Amino acid sequence: MDCVIELKNVTYSYPLTTVPAIKDLSVKIEKGKFYGVIGENGSGKTTFCALLRGFAPSFYKGDLSGEVLVEGRSTLEYGPGELASKIGFVFQNPFTQISGVKDTVFEEVAYGLENFGVPVDEIEKRVVEVMKLTDIESLAEKNPFDLSGGQMQRVALASVLVIEPEILVIDEPTSQLDPEGTESVFKIISKLKEKKKTVILVEHKIDLIAEYADEVLVFKDGSLVAAGDKQEILSDMSLLEKGVALPQVAILGNTLKEEGVPLKYIPVTEKQAEEVFSELITGKE
Amino acid sequence: MKDLILKDVSFSYPGGFLAVDNINMTIKSGENVAIVGQNGAGKTTTVKMMNGLLRPTSGDVIIGDMNTKDYTTAQVSRVVGYVFQNPDDQIFHSTVESEVRFGPEMAKLSNEEVDSRVEYALKITGMDKFKEENPYNLPLSMRKFVTIAAVIAMDTDVLIFDEPTAGQDLEGNKRLSEILKELHEKGKTVITISHDMEFVASNFERVIVMAKKKVVTMGTPEEVFWNFEALEKAMLKQPYVSRVCRALGANGEIISMDEAVKFLKSRLKRNA
Repeated sequence: MDCVIELKNVTYSYPLTTVPAIKDLSVKIEKGKFYGVIGENGSGKTTFCALLRGFAPSFYKGDLSGEVLVEGRSTLEYGPGELASKIGFVFQNPFTQISGVKDTVFEEVAYGLENFGVPVDEIEKRVVEVMKLTDIESLAEKNPFDLSGGQMQRVALASVLVIEPEILVIDEPTSQLDPEGTESVFKIISKLKEKKKTVILVEHKIDLIAEYADEVLVFKDGSLVAAGDKQEILSDMSLLEKGVALPQVAILGNTLKEEGVPLKYIPVTEKQAEEVFSELITGKE
Repeated sequence: MKDLILKDVSFSYPGGFLAVDNINMTIKSGENVAIVGQNGAGKTTTVKMMNGLLRPTSGDVIIGDMNTKDYTTAQVSRVVGYVFQNPDDQIFHSTVESEVRFGPEMAKLSNEEVDSRVEYALKITGMDKFKEENPYNLPLSMRKFVTIAAVIAMDTDVLIFDEPTAGQDLEGNKRLSEILKELHEKGKTVITISHDMEFVASNFERVIVMAKKKVVTMGTPEEVFWNFEALEKAMLKQPYVSRVCRALGANGEIISMDEAVKFLKSRLKRNA
């Protein structure tokens, strides 16, 4: 497999803490795949993201043992600008993302490309495109700090997408969005796969992870407790013991199975559920 | 009895932006109600008028025998408590306990009363184990429970929760359900804004749907989640189990896991 990120026996503690936020974590991230990162609040998901992007330890300090390799090189060896162009990072709190030095949403979205020295004509073209994609065109002239939480979340996402990094690390981009906005963000993210981008997404909305992600990483108490194919992990009731909800249709499938209904498999998406249940009802193969 | 009535209420922000356009609703004392709708539909503006943080540009907001027009925000907020969407707009103390203690202390209650309310609020929200922590050392989803505790400690008749489900994990959602249930049993009126349709379907007696600054419909979750015209207007979808059952021929009613299981089993039996 074409591995873009590898963690080898990584243990990490924030400064002034006694319990490591990440414990002995080893994992390989494959190029072009969409990873859903799930787990209880406080289980280490956000710290995992900070490690990938090198913020831990370069910004947060703290103690790191083991290795975080991005395209085979340790994050400690990269210069600050170098990693920024390789890995796009969308913060959990959009307020953290907004630069604070630009007066309009348009300039805010353009800010990253400006820093990378992209020609003005190209900046404009890319900003216009990405604003259309993320449905924030009407906000172009607004001050980023005058936006609602949901709008700010979309601006934060746009300002990272515009850079077109090879790897995207996105921490709960939809917590403030309504269902329709959430679905559109998932569609935008899953389209990145067509461009062979690698996506690592932290998200609690498990039904959407089931529909869009390829693989899932399950965290609990700072450790990776399950990793692999989404179908297998999200259909298993033992996920509940890890503090994570199953997709609604998987609960439905498991309940029916327990009551003796012979399901061909446990569905994790709406489409699968319709397929597997209607087969039973009509008796068709 | 403190029914909450909005009569022909509109609100424009300074500068003229109309956020709520002539809405009417009645929420009965002791009711447990959810408000759903898209970002920008007017949900937060509506509930902020209920506790006097915002004043309607026209129309009346009446709580029991009080018309909020005739009272200060401080007076209204003694009857209606509001938990902000963003906990950081609300928190300003350096420990969880002092944050929760502030309100009851300001209300000049006896020490015993303050103690017992704070203890209760910390316990029901699960924040008792963090009471010495600085709220900002807790993740955002936990800080939300600090602000919920602060409002519960005020012991108001009406409580409003603005998007408490945002960013919550399995455990957080369970705790929210328990809090809502307990407040309801104590006879409180609880109004909750949420984007989580599964949570809304299983925790509320009545749902108010808003879209484009107006109320689209209100009803039981069973009514609302099978009213496709209203759902479409508000750009909302049914809960997942309802969607699956609908695809397999259900016509209505089903909004819970149990009902879905029952429906599917009966369909299977019929075809056996």
